Amino acid sequence: MAFISAGYNPEKPMEGRISDIGPRKYDEFYPPVIARNKGKWLYHEIIEPGVLMHKAESGEEVYTVRCGGARLMSVTHVREICDIADKFSGGKLRFTTRNNIEFMVETKAEALKLKAELNSRKFAAGSHKFPVGGTGAGITNIVHTQGWVHCHTPATDASGTVKVVMDEVFAEFGAHNMPAPLRISMACCLNMCGAVHCSDIAILGYHRKPPLIDHEYLDNLCEIPLAVAACPTGAIRPTKTEFNGKTVNTVAIKNERCMFCGNCYTMCPSLPLSDKEGDGLVIMAGGKISNRISNPKFSKVVVAFIPNEPPRWPSLSKIIRQIVDAYAKDARKYERLGAWAERIGWERFFEKCGLEFTEHLIDDFRDPAYYTWRQTTNFKW
Amino acid sequence: MAKHKTPLLDQLESGPWPSFVSDIKQEAEHRHANPAGIEYQIPVDVCDDLLGLLEMSYEDGETHWKHGGIVGVFGYGGGVIGRYCDQPQKFPGVAHFHTVRVAQPAGMYYSTEYLRALMDLWDFRGSGLTNMHGATGDLVWLGTSTQQLEEIFWTLTHDLNTDLGGSGSNLRTPSCCLGQSRCEFACYDAQDLNYNMTLEYQDELHRPAFPYKFKFKFDACPNGCVASIARSDFSVIGTWKDDIKIDQDAVKGYVKGEFAPNAGAHSGRDWGKFDIEKEVVALCPTGCMSWDGSKLSIDNKECYRCMHCINTMPRALHIGDERGASIFVGAKAPILDGAQMGSLLVPFVPVEEPYDEVKEVVENLWDWWMEEGKNRERIGETIRRMSFQKMLEVTGIKADPRHVQEPRTNPYIFWKEEDVTGGWERDINEFRKRHQR
Repeated sequence: MAFISAGYNPEKPMEGRISDIGPRKYDEFYPPVIARNKGKWLYHEIIEPGVLMHKAESGEEVYTVRCGGARLMSVTHVREICDIADKFSGGKLRFTTRNNIEFMVETKAEALKLKAELNSRKFAAGSHKFPVGGTGAGITNIVHTQGWVHCHTPATDASGTVKVVMDEVFAEFGAHNMPAPLRISMACCLNMCGAVHCSDIAILGYHRKPPLIDHEYLDNLCEIPLAVAACPTGAIRPTKTEFNGKTVNTVAIKNERCMFCGNCYTMCPSLPLSDKEGDGLVIMAGGKISNRISNPKFSKVVVAFIPNEPPRWPSLSKIIRQIVDAYAKDARKYERLGAWAERIGWERFFEKCGLEFTEHLIDDFRDPAYYTWRQTTNFKW
Repeated sequence: MAKHKTPLLDQLESGPWPSFVSDIKQEAEHRHANPAGIEYQIPVDVCDDLLGLLEMSYEDGETHWKHGGIVGVFGYGGGVIGRYCDQPQKFPGVAHFHTVRVAQPAGMYYSTEYLRALMDLWDFRGSGLTNMHGATGDLVWLGTSTQQLEEIFWTLTHDLNTDLGGSGSNLRTPSCCLGQSRCEFACYDAQDLNYNMTLEYQDELHRPAFPYKFKFKFDACPNGCVASIARSDFSVIGTWKDDIKIDQDAVKGYVKGEFAPNAGAHSGRDWGKFDIEKEVVALCPTGCMSWDGSKLSIDNKECYRCMHCINTMPRALHIGDERGASIFVGAKAPILDGAQMGSLLVPFVPVEEPYDEVKEVVENLWDWWMEEGKNRERIGETIRRMSFQKMLEVTGIKADPRHVQEPRTNPYIFWKEEDVTGGWERDINEFRKRHQR
């Protein structure tokens, strides 16, 4: 494994250096039919789950075949995607914000051939490589974060939890059998790199134990004032302690004030909080980002804790299934999950979804908590 | 023969959804076979060791990635995230495993030629594992060593004509929906605005100078396919001011059942015959529509452009012609003080090259936030701490009922001295002439 240089010379780092050129321009990669009709689209139809047709003023049509991906993709897998695009869609493709892959072709016949081809490709162990779906009133791909695969603060895995939930709702990915689109999102800690807080169903990794304090190293690795300032509840204060006969500068934590956000750990590596029994999942529900019919909404916590159960998180899948089924059965056409919950009332939501309401679901964090308490006799039994 | 036994991860190879475990195993085998004879620049068993380390996390219920590590390329403060595993002796292939964020083309269209060139580079100098794409939008490469970073950057800029994305307390890689390229709802060219703003603010993207991260996201219509209103500090959402265009013949086509409502999105269930009264008129949140049995009417002045009727009958209804966007500021996930939705700052702005109206708002906000924001305070939190009024003041925008859901319910108004006739300075002796002690 000899080191091979691309041309960079560390002795003269500025020599020949190119920087701040930004991304490649988007229109270099348009399929010709897209380039010809940009800004002149008349309407679209979803021919069948996973296959869209867009009609342009020119009379031209473009057929898009959408398939799901695992987000974490190897170069071999991406090269296979390229092979398919070379064969079917003129060497052009795109990715969606929900980690789907889209191939665009110019005839319906070609689109259906492509769909069959995509659905036929499988990994050696049997799972699909490119399942077609993710459109309309169904469940599309889960956007997610890194989890145990690559992150230093997660309370759970992301790729694994997403895999088991997508296995559970696989039929709904390839169908239009929901009352409205149902978007599931996953973030493996409260930092929410995936910003799941406005999803129909959100899976959220969560810690439940206050940070450990690594007194031996803390003062060397951390700026104590930053660690203190990092805590939104004022649970951390500077202190001194005896360690191996020496007085060291460190912090003390008022455990009962900790709500386990992990911000102190982000600022100070000597305050880790991950723990096998302490960590697990929160389920939130009823959020959305579209302005359609009702305003964008935050998701609400509906299950305060599910333990981590790797490798297949059976309790997680079971709860998602309960919510999806209750919603599918009860909601009206066009009604998003949150709108359904508001129409029937949250007391009915818990009943219909078979979820227990506990004290942990009553907000007690700062001012916004008050606006979620009930101040009316208009409740249901 | 796998380097590490992974009985737990192996259980994620079953089930129909694409298995990331199968894919990593496939890549591990590919690297060992090395059919193209590549002189890999990081250990050949990097994928095996990643699986081994991940299996350990599945056993322990805890991550095995260490906190932090400052690495990057010369002159940039963002784009690379240092990552080291906490079991380097057992898994030397992933002892260091840094993330590289690569700027994605707006709308995430690719040619296979470009995508293959990117993959070849990552095969040669990295783990061969990617995210297509990360949550913010970048094309993310998972796992390389420090020595490779400048080399990767060199090839990206010299040979592939692209750049790193953003990380840290700076402008994050902007992202957008596909906009006018393939959507009839797009009210402005989201890809072009995204591209233009990305190039304009390269310095802010690569050199951290902000209190904390700052995200631009561009949605070309109120459907919000990139979720800009929920997860970007500066969200531009397309809208229009004039009338929705109606094709009455196509409306009748929907009523007669010739066209599937909602573009066929509900095809998987029998919801009964399409009922325009129930499914469109009655669901209109402003009640501005009516149907007399043969003609659909919209009182456009009362419409607030939620998109429901247009989504439901895309052949019959079309967005208006006086197009532009609304700007929302301050959305974020819960860390630290709770989640915030973007708040409306500019109800309507034309979105045309060179986009000066949009940039002026951004730059005024940044000047203020860089002056007043605390360490790790998102702009949405600064606005809450300093007030909406302060944001209006620094951006020179006049208050408007569109800025609020409702006026305040408390009368604790912070009048300024200059607002009050005669100011605040008064003479107590003059007061005492009128009032005995």
